[in-house]
Amino acid sequence: MSTTLTVNGTPHDIDLPGEVPLLWVLRDALGMTGTKYGCGVAACGACTVHVNGTAVRSCQMALADVDGPVTTIEGLGTPDAMAAIQAAWVDHQVAQCGYCQSGQIMQAAALLADNPAPSDDDIDMAMQGNLCRCGTYPRIRAAIHTAAAKMKEA
Amino acid sequence: MSRIGKIARRTFLIGSAAVVGGVAFGAYYIGRPAPNPLKPEPGQAVPNPFVVIDQDGVTLVAPRAEMGQGVQTTWAAMIAEELDVDLGQVRVIHGPAAAAYYNTAMMGGLLPGKEYEMTAFQHGIADVLGKVGKVLGAQITGGSTSMADGFPRMCAAGASARETLKEAAAQRLGIDRSRLTTRDGKVIAPGNVELRYEDLAADAAKLSPVTDVALRDPSQWRYLGKSVPRVDMAAKATGTAEFGIDVRLPGMKFAALKANPARAGMAGFDASDALRMPGVEQVVDLGDAFAVVATNTWLALQAAEAVKPDWDAAAYPADTDAILARMARAFDGSPDSTMRDDGDVATLPAGATEVTADYTVPYLAHATMEPMNATALLKDGKLDIWCGNQAPILVQDHCAAAAGVAKEDVEVHTTFLGGGFGRRGDFDYAVYAAKLARAMDGTPVQLTWSREEDMTHDFYRPAALARMKGAVKDGKVVMLDGRIASQSAIRQYMTRMGLSPVGPDKVMVEGAFNQPYGIPNYRIRGYVSDLALPVGSWRSVGNSHNGFFHECFVDELAHAAGADPLQMRYDLIRDIHAPSAGTLAAVREMSGWTGKTPDGIGRGVAFCYSFGTPVATVIEVRNEDGAIRIAKAWIACDAGLALDPSIIEAQMTGALVYGLSAACFGEITFSDGAAEQQNFYDYDALRIHNCPEMEVRVLETNPYLGGAGEPGTPGSMPALANAIFDLTGTRPRKLPLMHDFDLLV
Ligand code: FES
Ligand code: FES
Repeated sequence: MSTTLTVNGTPHDIDLPGEVPLLWVLRDALGMTGTKYGCGVAACGACTVHVNGTAVRSCQMALADVDGPVTTIEGLGTPDAMAAIQAAWVDHQVAQCGYCQSGQIMQAAALLADNPAPSDDDIDMAMQGNLCRCGTYPRIRAAIHTAAAKMKEA
Repeated sequence: MSRIGKIARRTFLIGSAAVVGGVAFGAYYIGRPAPNPLKPEPGQAVPNPFVVIDQDGVTLVAPRAEMGQGVQTTWAAMIAEELDVDLGQVRVIHGPAAAAYYNTAMMGGLLPGKEYEMTAFQHGIADVLGKVGKVLGAQITGGSTSMADGFPRMCAAGASARETLKEAAAQRLGIDRSRLTTRDGKVIAPGNVELRYEDLAADAAKLSPVTDVALRDPSQWRYLGKSVPRVDMAAKATGTAEFGIDVRLPGMKFAALKANPARAGMAGFDASDALRMPGVEQVVDLGDAFAVVATNTWLALQAAEAVKPDWDAAAYPADTDAILARMARAFDGSPDSTMRDDGDVATLPAGATEVTADYTVPYLAHATMEPMNATALLKDGKLDIWCGNQAPILVQDHCAAAAGVAKEDVEVHTTFLGGGFGRRGDFDYAVYAAKLARAMDGTPVQLTWSREEDMTHDFYRPAALARMKGAVKDGKVVMLDGRIASQSAIRQYMTRMGLSPVGPDKVMVEGAFNQPYGIPNYRIRGYVSDLALPVGSWRSVGNSHNGFFHECFVDELAHAAGADPLQMRYDLIRDIHAPSAGTLAAVREMSGWTGKTPDGIGRGVAFCYSFGTPVATVIEVRNEDGAIRIAKAWIACDAGLALDPSIIEAQMTGALVYGLSAACFGEITFSDGAAEQQNFYDYDALRIHNCPEMEVRVLETNPYLGGAGEPGTPGSMPALANAIFDLTGTRPRKLPLMHDFDLLV
C-alpha cells in the first residue's frame, strides 16, 4: 500500500494505511516536524499546510485523499532564506511559545496568495480558525499587513 | 552529568557545533557554589555554568524554560551586555538539569506578608531565602520570577567571563589587563591589536575566573532596557524550533497515553482488539494508565480507543454541582488563613450601607497549544528524557524513581515549550514516559497525549467561591471582609514534589489579601476544601480567581458609594503604594476615561498587584447587533526596570487574552468524575476576530523588579465583567460569561 507523496518538491514513498492523516505522515513517517498537532479535529489550525496551493488542515486529510503536491512550513523558507511572510513575522516579533505559528504562517501565506492586500475583515475571516493560546493575534495581524506591503513592492 | 559537547549536539538550536577545546564561565558565587554541570572534555576548563566559548563561537546557557515569555532572550542579553558579544551571533541553549541553576527569587515569594510593603531589609531576607532554593534543587521557571532571579546575576556572569578573557590576552601580550578593552567578541589592545574570544578560549581555560567585576552603568547598555530581537524568533517563524513533540531519535517508536478519565486507578485492561490494529506493537501497563506503542502516533491514538480498560471510581464527588457544594462546606469550618485583618470588620460603622455579593469561578484547563508529551530512552541503566518542562530537577528526580535508576543516571533535555502557563511545572507526562521506557529497554519512545487526554487530565485551576461583604459611607469604602474557598493548588503540588507542606496557604488568597488599598476595616480569610480533585498552578494562580472576586466587589462598592470606580481605586491606593496608583493614572489617561459611556458602549476597570508588579486594566465592550464585542483594552504595568519593553508588552497582552478567554469561555465541568470538555470546540479561546485591540504602557517607577508573565491575567476578568455591567446593568458574578451573556463568538 505504498503511496507517493510530493512534499516541498521531493517525492516520497509512504508505506502507511491510506486513512492515516497527512499530518502524521509528515511528522512521524517523514520526520518533518514543523507542522504541528494541536487538536486533531480541525479546531485549531496548528497543522495547516498547502495542498495544491490551498491551505488545508492536514489532521483532516487522509493520505489517500492527497491529490497534489504538499507544501509545509519547511518548504516556505528557511532561517537563512525566509519567505517574505516569515521575515514579517520576525520584524513584528510575533511568536511567543511559537507552537501555533507554523499553522498561522501557512494560513496567512495562502491568504496573501489569494488576496494580496487583505483588509482587517479579510484577515479576521481567513485567520479565525487558527488558535493561539499565547494571544499573539495583534502582531499576527500587523505582520500580515507588512508582508502584503513588502510583496507588493517586490 | 552532561558534557558540553553532548549538550550542544542535543539542544534545540540549529547549526549546533560541538564544543571542543573551549571554556565555560559563570558568576555563581553565592555561598559555596553548586557543582558546575558543564563537564569539560579532556583538556577543557569549565569553571562555571553560564558562558561557554570554544573555537566555533560563544554559547550562552540560559537555564530557564522558554515557553514564549522571552526569558532566554533577556537572560542572554544580560550576559551579552557585559561580555561584549553580538546577541545575534551567539548560540543560546537551555542546558541540563542542575542545582547550579536554581531559582533565587522563587523562595522569597513564599515569605509571609504583602510584597508591596516589603522594606529593602525584607527584600534582603528574600534574597537569602532564595538560597534555600539551591538546597531544594528548585530549578523552576514560574512565579514570574525570572527577571528578579537573573538580574543582575547574569550580567555578572558576562562581566566575569569578559575580564577573564582579557586576563588571558594580557598574559599573552605581556601588558596589563587594565589597558585592554573588548568589542564584538574580541579583546582590543593598544595599537588596534585584536584577539578573538575564540582564540583566547584555550588560554582562558587555564585561569581562575576573574570575579567581583564592577557592572556597567545602565547608561552604557546596548541591549538591556531596549527591545531586542528574540533569539528564538527565526526558528519559530520557520518551523525549525524543536518542541518536545518534535524530538526524533533513530529507531524511535510512537506511543499514545490513556489514563482514567475519573482521575483514579486502573484495575486492568483488555488490549486484544487493539493489538490486531495496523502498526500496533504493544500495549504497556503504566499503573494507572496504559500506553499503546506503534509505528505512528495516529495509529497509536486510534488503537488506544480500542483498548477496553477497567477504571476505578474517583475519590471525589461525581459531578460539578456536588463538587462545588462540597467546596462551599469549607466555609463552615475554621479558616485556613487570615492573611489580612485591619481595623474591625465585626461592626458595621455607624451610618454605613452594607453591600454583599457571592461569586463563583470554575475549574480551568491550561490547554497549552502543544499537548503534553515526553520522549524517553532507557539504555545501559541510563535514562535520557526529552520534554518541555518548567522544573527539570523535579523531572530528573521523579523519572529516576519511575525508571528504577539513580538520579545521576538521568539526563533531562529541556526543549522549547509549546506553552507552559504553569502546566509544565508538573512532571506527570515525563514520569509516564520514563515508565514506558523502562518497559522498552533500549528503544526510544515518544509518548504523546491526544488533545482530549490533555484536556481531561490536567492539574486544573481549582474552582473558587467568594463571600464578600463590605460597607460604604459618604462616598467611601469603609469596610471589606472577604472569604474565599477553594482547593490548595500549592499544597497539592508540593505533595506531588514529595514535600510535606505546612502552614496556611498564602497563594490561595493572593490577589485578595495583599492589595494596596487603604481600607480601614479590611479582612481576608481563606478556606481550604479537602477535595481530592487534581489541581495545580494556572497562570497567576490564586490571583486568577481573587483578582476577579476582589475587583468585581470593589466595583460593586464604588457603585453603591456613587463613586467613579477608577477614581475611587486611585484614592484608596495613592497613599499606600505610589507605583500602583501610577498604573491607574496611566490607564485613565490612555483610555480617556471620563466615567461616562454612551449607549451601546461599556467600560470597566480593574487593578491587581501580583508577582511584584501592579497592573491596571481598562476594557471597553460594545454592543454589536446584540452581541457583546470586547473592543479595546488598555493596560499599564510597572515591573520596575523594563529590561525588554517589547517582551513585557507581549506578555501583558498575552496574559490579558489568556484571562479574557477564560472569562468568556473557559470551564471544566465534571460528570461521573470525568472532565466533560474534550477539545478546543468545547474549551475555546479568543480568536483573531474577537480579540480586542490592546495598548500597553510599561512604567518604570517601581524600585524592585517585578514579574511580567502572569500579572496581566488577574485584572482581565474583572475589568471585562465590570465593563459588561456598565453596558448591560447586570452584574456578572459567575464565570464563564458565555452562559449569561451573548458574547461575540
Ligand atoms: S491539529 Fe489540525 S486543526 Fe488542530
Ligand atoms: S505563540 Fe504560543 S500558541 Fe501561538
